[in-house]
Amino acid sequence: MAFLLKDLLGKDKILTSGHRLCPGCGAPMAVKMVTMATDNPLIITSATGCLEVSTTIYPFTAWDTPWVHSAFENAGATISGLQTAFLAWKKKGKIDKEVKFLAFGGDGGTYDIGLQALSGALERGHDFVYVCYDNQGYMNTGAQRSASTPMGASTTTEPAGKKSIGKRIQRKDLTMIAAAHHNAYAAQSSISHWQDLMSKAKKAFEYEGPAFINVLSPCVRFWRVPSSKTVEIAKLAVETNFWPLFEIENMKLTLNFKPKERKPIIDWIKAQGRYKHLLQAGNEPVIDEIQKEVDAYFDYLVRLSSI
Amino acid sequence: MSTIQKNKLSLTGNQAAAEAMRQIDPDVVAAYPITPQTEIVMAFSQFHADGKVNTEMIRVESEHSAMSACIGSASAGARTMTATSSQGLALMHEMVFIAASLRLPIVMPVVNRALSGPINIHCDHSDTMAERDSGWIQIFAENPQEVYDHMFLAMKLAEHPDVQLPVMVNQDGFITSHGVEIVDVLEDKAVKDFVGEYKPKTPLLDLKHPVTMGALDLYDYYFEHKRQQAEAVKRAFGLFDKVAGDVSKLTGRKYPMVETYQFDDADYVIVTMSSAAGTTKFVIDSLRAQGTKVGLLKIRLFRPFPYKIISGLLKGKKGVAVLDRSASFGAFSPVYTEIMNSCYYLDARPNIYPVVFGLGGRDLTPKLIESVYTGLIGNKFKTDQIEYLGVRE
Amino acid sequence: MAAKLKGWKEIPEAGTIVEPGNARNYKTGGWRSDRPVWNKETCIHCFFCWIWCPDMAVQVDQANKKMTGINLEYCKGCGVCAEVCPKKCFTMKNEKELTNE
Repeated sequence: MAFLLKDLLGKDKILTSGHRLCPGCGAPMAVKMVTMATDNPLIITSATGCLEVSTTIYPFTAWDTPWVHSAFENAGATISGLQTAFLAWKKKGKIDKEVKFLAFGGDGGTYDIGLQALSGALERGHDFVYVCYDNQGYMNTGAQRSASTPMGASTTTEPAGKKSIGKRIQRKDLTMIAAAHHNAYAAQSSISHWQDLMSKAKKAFEYEGPAFINVLSPCVRFWRVPSSKTVEIAKLAVETNFWPLFEIENMKLTLNFKPKERKPIIDWIKAQGRYKHLLQAGNEPVIDEIQKEVDAYFDYLVRLSSI
Repeated sequence: MSTIQKNKLSLTGNQAAAEAMRQIDPDVVAAYPITPQTEIVMAFSQFHADGKVNTEMIRVESEHSAMSACIGSASAGARTMTATSSQGLALMHEMVFIAASLRLPIVMPVVNRALSGPINIHCDHSDTMAERDSGWIQIFAENPQEVYDHMFLAMKLAEHPDVQLPVMVNQDGFITSHGVEIVDVLEDKAVKDFVGEYKPKTPLLDLKHPVTMGALDLYDYYFEHKRQQAEAVKRAFGLFDKVAGDVSKLTGRKYPMVETYQFDDADYVIVTMSSAAGTTKFVIDSLRAQGTKVGLLKIRLFRPFPYKIISGLLKGKKGVAVLDRSASFGAFSPVYTEIMNSCYYLDARPNIYPVVFGLGGRDLTPKLIESVYTGLIGNKFKTDQIEYLGVRE
Repeated sequence: MAAKLKGWKEIPEAGTIVEPGNARNYKTGGWRSDRPVWNKETCIHCFFCWIWCPDMAVQVDQANKKMTGINLEYCKGCGVCAEVCPKKCFTMKNEKELTNE
């Protein structure tokens, strides 16, 4: 059943105003959409990152629900501990509510340093939802390269230069890695597609077992786009097939969005300052390569979805 | 005095720890196997498989995740335990500090093993000593009986409302962990009554009072929270004897922060911890039979460190050898350093000699211990020079 | 306006924050350089601005299902509302110019 925005009014209470994320940040949009997709009480953990530091600058917290952070690479393990403690309390009759457990990590905390803890948690089958707000770099510390940084993007640790196109290789396909834990529900979504994201979040909360959602959450600051363009740029990622929307459940892949005519990747590249060096003469083969990879990846998903 | 029924069982140190964990029956155990701790996790897993505990177990994929899951569990409000050794503790390092700073009363048996490299599986204290500034309470056991008894002591002290700190219950890898001894085991009910129900202060599972834990704490308040932490450790120190006294009432055994053996009239003493103390007692008996006044000071509580008690005891001794089972490269070893700190303000300060022994499981033979006493008596050591006991030239 | 900092005996232990959502007391409106000025007349109450506002600064009347304005105490002036509005109800106006007006 589709969500209607008018019915959601008043539910945006889990993450409050007064947080200190940058103007136009995609992360709080993801948090808002995900947390409104359940009526159950939520206990949340965040990996170290933009979201964590900017929402809990002592003595202030923007979380209106139980929340804990301990480190960068361990959100998967922390959520395992939280959810298991809940089972222990339930067994003892110390709690009667059906609590949902939600972890947030950025792409640094999820693709890179936290991948092992996430994989462990998915494999063990705890009942939780892990949301990666993917902004394609270590944005909290100044746009360093992560495994999610796309090919050709300039970052502060793999910058564009006379002998560099920025990142030389394609990003890691984390959603499919999560999906390789066959007991898990895995999905990819974008803050630009709130209905898609909320439906997946609802499914994830209702799923009995581990669920993972990879959400494209633009960092306007380091993608070098105006702060007002967060939604537009995320939408463009979907419309160019750079960021396909799909989900995998019981080893079946569903493509949630197929553009009638996919927009060329140059539209996505041109819109962002982090790619601006690619527009210089001589870099056309790089753009061609990115386009090829985008099309090949989408084709791969199409083939998986039609099996 | 005690009316509590006791059973005598043949247990290794690891089995003693697992037996205590079974009786404590924590809400959550998150653990990862590592030699020589493995047997604790295996034995507890069997208790779990046989329905002998109500515990929820998390078989994590690393020690880092073990401590992280414990932090999640304990912050939710569950009584939480784990166990580890050596590289496992080192991998946890980051989370060990965070567990203490979040004031989570996790109890963790640590089966002491040398840190790599080169890789080694046998006993020394380099693993636990690397965590001495972490904010955990560190208790050291000489034998399986002490391992068993220390577990309840640890649980009770950790969860005391004025403490709320994690505790490591240390024992010597293989020497204690795999050595079978007769252990007096309490009735299950006695243990359950003793540890009681855990009442966390601000559990995340208290949905009516949502709290934020682990916020970003910058220059305005970080220092104040560290000051609180220092105070909590101080309170743990103040409460140790009381809690240990309560354990004594159950077991009839005593657990002072430091223990002495043939000490009062001893001119020359060895200071050490854990299983080395047992061997030292044996040597003392034979030397005493020959009329030599030698004694032992065994440290049970290393963090917080009982400075005053120790300085009071060492005052007036002719010679003290501090036997450390870990090295601090480029500096004196941890126990020696603390003994020196203890004694600085004494008027009659004994000569205190640093001795490093037993690294990587090198056997501490009675003969070696005897050589320490002989060296002390013959004034053969230098106070500013580390004696490496039992190493080949 | 800085609040008096408390001593270590006066605050909850472990850095735990016991007042949920107290960031509401931290007003981020001061960050704003451009203000979204809303045209009530053209608004169709689609709530796109509300779902995408990263600062939960779009005010609504829940009962009547109406958008009622922007909470300037928190609005950081990112301009997302203006971009996502299908009816172009928002005009981003420079704060300094607004003060001068």
